[in-house]
Amino acid sequence: MSELKVSAIKEGTVIDHIPAGKGLKVIEILNLNTLNGGTVLLAMNVHSKKLGRKDIVKVEGKYLSEEEVNKIALIAPTATVNIIRDYRVAEKFNVEVPEKISGILRCANPNCISNHEYTVPKFYVISKEPLKVRCHYCERTMEEEEILANL
Amino acid sequence: MQGWKGRDVISIRDFSRDDIEYVLSTAERLEEELKEKGSLEYAKGKILATLFFEPSTRTRLSFESAMHRLGGSVIGFAEASTSSVKKGESLRDTIKTVEQYSDVIVIRHPKEGAARLAAEVAEIPVINAGDGSNQHPTQTLLDLYTIKREFGKIDGLKIGLLGDLKYGRTVHSLSEALSHYDVELYLISPDLLRMPRHIVEELKEKGVKVYETSDLESVIGELDVLYVTRIQKERFPDEQEYLKVKGSYVIDLEILKKVKETLKIMHPLPRVDEIHPSVDSTKYAIYFRQVFSGIPVRMALLALTLGVIE
Ligand SMILES: Nc1ncnc2c1ncn2[C@@H]1O[C@H](COP(=O)(O)OP(=O)(O)OP(=O)(O)O)[C@@H](O)[C@H]1O
Ligand SMILES: [Mg+2]
Ligand SMILES: [Zn+2]
Repeated sequence: MSELKVSAIKEGTVIDHIPAGKGLKVIEILNLNTLNGGTVLLAMNVHSKKLGRKDIVKVEGKYLSEEEVNKIALIAPTATVNIIRDYRVAEKFNVEVPEKISGILRCANPNCISNHEYTVPKFYVISKEPLKVRCHYCERTMEEEEILANL
Repeated sequence: MQGWKGRDVISIRDFSRDDIEYVLSTAERLEEELKEKGSLEYAKGKILATLFFEPSTRTRLSFESAMHRLGGSVIGFAEASTSSVKKGESLRDTIKTVEQYSDVIVIRHPKEGAARLAAEVAEIPVINAGDGSNQHPTQTLLDLYTIKREFGKIDGLKIGLLGDLKYGRTVHSLSEALSHYDVELYLISPDLLRMPRHIVEELKEKGVKVYETSDLESVIGELDVLYVTRIQKERFPDEQEYLKVKGSYVIDLEILKKVKETLKIMHPLPRVDEIHPSVDSTKYAIYFRQVFSGIPVRMALLALTLGVIE
């Protein structure tokens, strides 16, 4: 049952089970921190049975698509997404690491052309568990630690 | 198989076995035709632009020669300091401009991924002649061509890669390409310079039998092909260690007493002293024929991507 009655919304999206401390980054990756992004509520360090502490992001009046939300899988693989309609959870899904990642990750290779010329950085996910991606440009692979440092 | 006209040649990763085989058989066809006729006219009226943002005389000359042999012509620059890059022009703009002057672009650039970006920007085909420490696909294709020409096949061979397997771009690409074939790979290097784990794993996953060793003498008798690469001094913490390692990987007449009669020795060149010059005149040495292979292979790639042959 919804723990935070204070922030109950009528229509929108609730991103639950975000690892504590990553809520702001989720907002950033989903571009919700813009003026036309609508009202966004962020709860940090919420007590959670599954995670100990978690962050929750609630977006009012906006239904985020699965594809869009999957962008956050890199930093919040545990997140669940709840679509709220008329105050009720109408749909629920888990985020999933996409096959391709573009725009949100920088290449860790300082000699990669994507760090020197205008490009939209692109990566292919070659393994989800453990997480491993390959840069579309320089073909170097990055593992979890490097990925998180370059988001 | 993808159609060839307009296709880019950026990374050996983009090539299936069928693709590779097609390039090799086209190269063979062109080599025969060239031998017969002296010169060809497939690329008559076509212009190749060679953009060398980093100097590499051999590769550039090989591409230029290949284009001339096809009856085409060549424009370009041999180093970035003579081009507008010096004035700060972006790679995108250089490519956008040059493609107005030419039908196919060959690019060598010090940044990894530059050729991929060039190919995205250009409408005309782009061929990668080396992007930093990343890829040099035409070298790999000419290596495969050399092996195929020599043995009539690639499947079933025991191939040794010797030297700096950690940083060597050439051996990385070659082993990736060889993973399409049924070969046994002997990875021979000092411990410090072993093949990166992820490449070894990939090879094994694809069913290649891989043996790793630092002892050349113990395996040289098994090999059909020995691909020698240079070990650079800079890779070692101290001079002593370097000299010790280097000495144990020199190919000379002495170590050749232990090899199969049919062994062939390859080297991407330039060499320093990893193969003694006395080896050059033996039946084992094919590294100069390997240099020649660059011509038919690059002719094939130019002709196919230009769409002047099928
Ligand atoms: N109308 C609403 N407005 C705001 N947040 C809501 C609303 N309804 C539910 N939520 C929040 O959405 C999340 C999922 O709600 P749900 O009722 O499915 O909880 P749950 O049963 O604990 O789900 P889970 O098993 O995913 O943890 C919770 O964080 C809840 O607080
Ligand atoms: Mg819950
Ligand atoms: Zn990169």
